[in-house]
Amino acid sequence: MKTKITRRTAILGASATAVAAGTFKLAAPAIAQNAPIKLGGVATLEGPFATGGQDGYRCVTMELERRNWTIAGRRVEFIRESSNAQADVALARARKLIEQDNVDMILGPLSGAEGIALRDYSRTLTGKSIINGSSGAADTTLRNPSPNFFRFNTDGTQWMAGLGNHVRRVMNIQDVAIVAGDYAFPYAQVFGFNIEFCRAGGRVQHYWAPLGTTDFGAQIAQINRSNARALVVVHGGTDGLAFMTQYAQAGGQLPLIGGSIMADATMLSSRGPHRRLMVGMISGGPIADINDDPMWRDYVARYRARWLNEGGFQSPSIHGVNYATNLQGIIAGLEAVSGDLSGNQAAFQRAMSAAKFKNPMGADVSLDHNRQAVSDIFLNRIEERDGRAQTVAFERARQINQTLGVPEAQFMALGAPSRDNPGCVAA
Amino acid sequence: MAADLVLTIVLNGLTLAALYFIVASGFSLIFGLMRTVNMAHGALYLIAGYAGYAVFEPLYDQDVWWAWYAGVAWGVVVAAVVGTVMQKFLLGWMQGQELRQALVTIGVSIIVADQLLAFYGGNPRQFFAPDAIFGASAVPGVGNYPTFRLVQIGIAVAVGVALWVILNKTKLGLMVRAGVDDREMLAACGVNVPLVAIAVFALGAGLAGLGGVIGSTAQPLSQGMDGRFLLIALVVVIVGGMGSITGTALGAVMIGLAEQIGQALFPTYSVILTFVIMVAVLALRPQGLLGRATP
Repeated sequence: MKTKITRRTAILGASATAVAAGTFKLAAPAIAQNAPIKLGGVATLEGPFATGGQDGYRCVTMELERRNWTIAGRRVEFIRESSNAQADVALARARKLIEQDNVDMILGPLSGAEGIALRDYSRTLTGKSIINGSSGAADTTLRNPSPNFFRFNTDGTQWMAGLGNHVRRVMNIQDVAIVAGDYAFPYAQVFGFNIEFCRAGGRVQHYWAPLGTTDFGAQIAQINRSNARALVVVHGGTDGLAFMTQYAQAGGQLPLIGGSIMADATMLSSRGPHRRLMVGMISGGPIADINDDPMWRDYVARYRARWLNEGGFQSPSIHGVNYATNLQGIIAGLEAVSGDLSGNQAAFQRAMSAAKFKNPMGADVSLDHNRQAVSDIFLNRIEERDGRAQTVAFERARQINQTLGVPEAQFMALGAPSRDNPGCVAA
Repeated sequence: MAADLVLTIVLNGLTLAALYFIVASGFSLIFGLMRTVNMAHGALYLIAGYAGYAVFEPLYDQDVWWAWYAGVAWGVVVAAVVGTVMQKFLLGWMQGQELRQALVTIGVSIIVADQLLAFYGGNPRQFFAPDAIFGASAVPGVGNYPTFRLVQIGIAVAVGVALWVILNKTKLGLMVRAGVDDREMLAACGVNVPLVAIAVFALGAGLAGLGGVIGSTAQPLSQGMDGRFLLIALVVVIVGGMGSITGTALGAVMIGLAEQIGQALFPTYSVILTFVIMVAVLALRPQGLLGRATP
């Protein structure tokens, strides 16, 4: 006998299957384990850090592709959102991911003030986690931390570990000018630099400019007339490019010390007169283009193979590596609980807090009691290698914590980093 | 503060004002004379920047001395053509409906920005001025000063004079001014008003394009610059007065100086200074400093 499938039987069959699936879902919650994990992403694809955001997504995509979009046996659905480095925009996009896309967790954001906004938002959520992307403001995890916010990358203050001492003691410079963006992340970086530099007897003059400033003429005029012997540049993205180009145009000559997002692939890959000035720049940060570690060499090779022909850099940027590191934290957590997010993610969050792994730089990463990473920091010098400027690690400080080794109570007593509290306290 | 520092900062303000004037003059032309609220002015800036860069970069790689000039010319042409197309197919038939024009141009600018992001990516770019105008020149009382910033002033003055001549000494200018006062009567006199409108729009868009390339030589070219320069053009035109080229120049000088002096004295709040000026002008003289009161 031949069965003929008419439209009616087809519809009937389909609805029966649907009903069956529905009841089955009700009866057995275990099926939720086979549903995909919904991972939301927030990164800046617009605004001053558009390049960094793009690279963050590159590194996340690369890792998910390598795992065939599966973590702990569950498929991963990655929903990307874009912000522009403004806290309100990042918050709106995160809300959209949680409320409309119903994601299980968010990986992001990229910029300092955004991170603080999402930390506060995460506190209002139940059964959801926000894992930082690349934002590096200190207070995101240091003061008033949220139980649902995890950061597997080191912060802006940590990234400056060793730099202030190097400038004061090794380079023997007493007076520096610091140019920095006027928001949470540069506050953290300036604080980290000053803590060491001023304690060692250094003197500092600060020049703050709001994020998005494109004409630094007035500040450069002041710097060129000051008695500073070196210039610390804590700008990044287009602000950094604008500053450096205009500084070159104005004939600036001071030795340069860079913040972590200044001496980075995002800046070094842009063409222009600033690159000539940047050779020899000393900086601190969680990555270096040239770092003699097999894990890093392998990572760079994979990154180049995957992205060099699709707009990627010669070497992954700091934001790319930070996003990748935080994704590793998520993966470690998910694998420890076999992808089980039940119980309002309590077990998953415990597993993330206890996670220990090596990041792409080959540095050990673990979290402290505020769910903030403790990891290695590199001192770098920009050198011409293979015909292009690259950051080369010349010193590595192991397992730097968020208070730079200062006892926590003492560190907290210094107050929160801000433009009025830049951490410059003489010993 | 030392005298040479004060002079440098004032000169910085003036050179920045020159850039703002170049961008805002096109906006003022379209907004003030044709009453078209062109919120896509920033998008034209961005289009010209990227289009110009596409021509500039390969030539720069070959070390051709005219690479930058070719970039400028191409940027202006592309912006003018896009402006013409916008006026002909989108804005021309909704003449006088300001809200509608504003919404349509906002839509155009969003689409343009996303397409440019998809096509060129987020990497910031920058034009490098030819050697003749790069580097520093000695300025009396100031010392060495970036040459390109001085060139900006020259270009802005040239644009201002050219616009004044076009509007006040040519037949096109005569028709434009007549069209502002009475469109119907001008049409009745046998003038092809839509064609005049297209010419004005193309001129305004071309100026946005010129601003796009000059601006991307002085500052990085990146996503988001469209919104920034649209805002600056709006503030400059509101402060200076709609439709007045002299007013636009005055507005640009005030905003440029305010930005640089603010940055030197109180960097954190320098942005506010710009808007304080705008609010004060709106409160005391709503038509702008040199604007004509609407009858």
